Amino acid sequence: MLRKRSYFKSKTLAYFLVMPQILITATFFYWPAIRGLVASFMRSDPFGLRSTFVWFDNYINLFKDPLYLKSIVITLVFSGSVALLSISAGLFLASMANRALKFTALTRTLLIWPYAIAPAISGILWLFLLHPSYGVVAIWVNRVFGLEWNPLLDSRHAMLMVVLASSWKNISYNFVFFMAGLQAIPKSLIEAAAMDGASPFRRFWTITFPLLSPTMFFVTVMTIIFSFFESFGVIHAVTQGGPGGSTNILVYKVYQDGFIGLNLGSSSAQSVVLMLLIVFITILQFKFVERKVQYTG
Amino acid sequence: MMVEKTPKLDLFTYISLIIGIIVVGFPIFYAIIAATLPLDEVSKVPMPLIPGDQFFDNIKEAWVKGNLGTLLFNSFVMASGITIGKIIVSLFGAFSIVYFEYRFRALVFATVFCTLMLPVEVRIVPTYEMAANLFGPLQGLFDALGLNSIISWFAGHDIEVNLELSLLDSYAGLILPLTASATCTFLFRQFFLTIPEELCEAAKMDGASPMTFFWKILVPLSKTNIAALVVIEFVYGWNQYLWPLLITTSADMTTAVIGLQHLIPSPEDPPTWNIAMAGALLVVMPPVLVVLFMQRWFVKGLVEREK
Repeated sequence: MLRKRSYFKSKTLAYFLVMPQILITATFFYWPAIRGLVASFMRSDPFGLRSTFVWFDNYINLFKDPLYLKSIVITLVFSGSVALLSISAGLFLASMANRALKFTALTRTLLIWPYAIAPAISGILWLFLLHPSYGVVAIWVNRVFGLEWNPLLDSRHAMLMVVLASSWKNISYNFVFFMAGLQAIPKSLIEAAAMDGASPFRRFWTITFPLLSPTMFFVTVMTIIFSFFESFGVIHAVTQGGPGGSTNILVYKVYQDGFIGLNLGSSSAQSVVLMLLIVFITILQFKFVERKVQYTG
Repeated sequence: MMVEKTPKLDLFTYISLIIGIIVVGFPIFYAIIAATLPLDEVSKVPMPLIPGDQFFDNIKEAWVKGNLGTLLFNSFVMASGITIGKIIVSLFGAFSIVYFEYRFRALVFATVFCTLMLPVEVRIVPTYEMAANLFGPLQGLFDALGLNSIISWFAGHDIEVNLELSLLDSYAGLILPLTASATCTFLFRQFFLTIPEELCEAAKMDGASPMTFFWKILVPLSKTNIAALVVIEFVYGWNQYLWPLLITTSADMTTAVIGLQHLIPSPEDPPTWNIAMAGALLVVMPPVLVVLFMQRWFVKGLVEREK
């Protein structure tokens, strides 16, 4: 473990300095996580008076529950769409902004501010835009396609609405990282290819895009984490999992079953499943970062 | 500089950027227009795209109806508290991990690292229980050991020890659980590791105590990192959703982002979207201004934090 060659001797001070962090993590991270893990193996009676140890029953019931399986599918569709939309839009806008010779600072300013908007408020803005009776988009869709647009009743429309609201907010985050990634690519490489007569399109796909792969990987991981967890705000503020459970993503289901439905065993088991998922993503991320370090050094 | 004439592609570049900016900006543009219109205009189908003159009336109504004075203040306290708390806790933590030698150093580092894998979303109910009674675990220990009966025997009459300290509906509850952050601690750790060894050696030779070295040398050197984190963490704190939703039940203790929901007209109410949008503008204003005016720090913080 890295440390300075010259260091201070006082052990008391060292423990004292790190104490706030340890106390907070122990109280609000580890203890609740352990409690959650234990609760996922228990079943409590409806009055919360007694709980019995039931081994993996909660997990088995979970994966037999059609609602949970449906929620997994919904989450995958949702995250996949958000990732596809916000990553491709972010990459497209970043490569355009990187090409433009003028107004780069202004362009950046005009594209990054949605990052500052809370997911829930992004959801409310889009709800207004797409509102069946008052939204401008709804009216336009109705006129052009003759389609009865109603995200408050139609499950596919609702899904589209939360995907748009979440992607919109996330585009600016991806944009910032793709800009940084693009600016780190040596200009000489691109120039050499240009001299060999490679067209701008070809240069993008054969040089820029492969060199962006670490950024791409990072942005994909962060977008997936965003859409799995932080999009809670969008769902809670706009659809509350509806209509008919069609936007009930996994994290919202944990909240709904545990906090509102008070089904603690099942909610805890769902939490543990999500925890395992995050552990998996984190390990994957660090494996990849390690490899990247070896490449460069 | 590369000289290559691609007029068509340049035109395409600028046109796509303009379209991109318009599409990205449209939701907020639409909200601004709606916030300037009177009720009968905003509920027209389709809503006119020319601003009206009701902006300040709508803002005033949103302010009163949404209790936004109180809620914006709460958001401000929460965001600042999280920002300051996080930075202090992480600076101290990183200082301890990098500049000291003790037996449990690796364990401490691993403990901090693993919090990355425990976002609040995966421990909703138990964290809430913890915040509802901080002494819950202690009380459990009390009950398990039968200490209450011992105490009442000892005291000679029936007393019961009830340990309770609730963080619900308090600023401490909104702030404290969010002040531990693996990412900030990592950022400072990485930065401290790049600081030349000689600085610490020289300070020690001059007889500086660890805390003098920390305040006089380490903190001033970390200024740009701190500035970058202030921007990121303020926006992060302001936009928290799940945690304030769980921990606040009183309408006066919640945050602006959550309280905004009460301004959204339900299907039975008159469609006061002009008021809702005026409220939304008020709530997004502080973090948006912070990001726009401290853009350089913001981009630096965002990119550095993930290294």
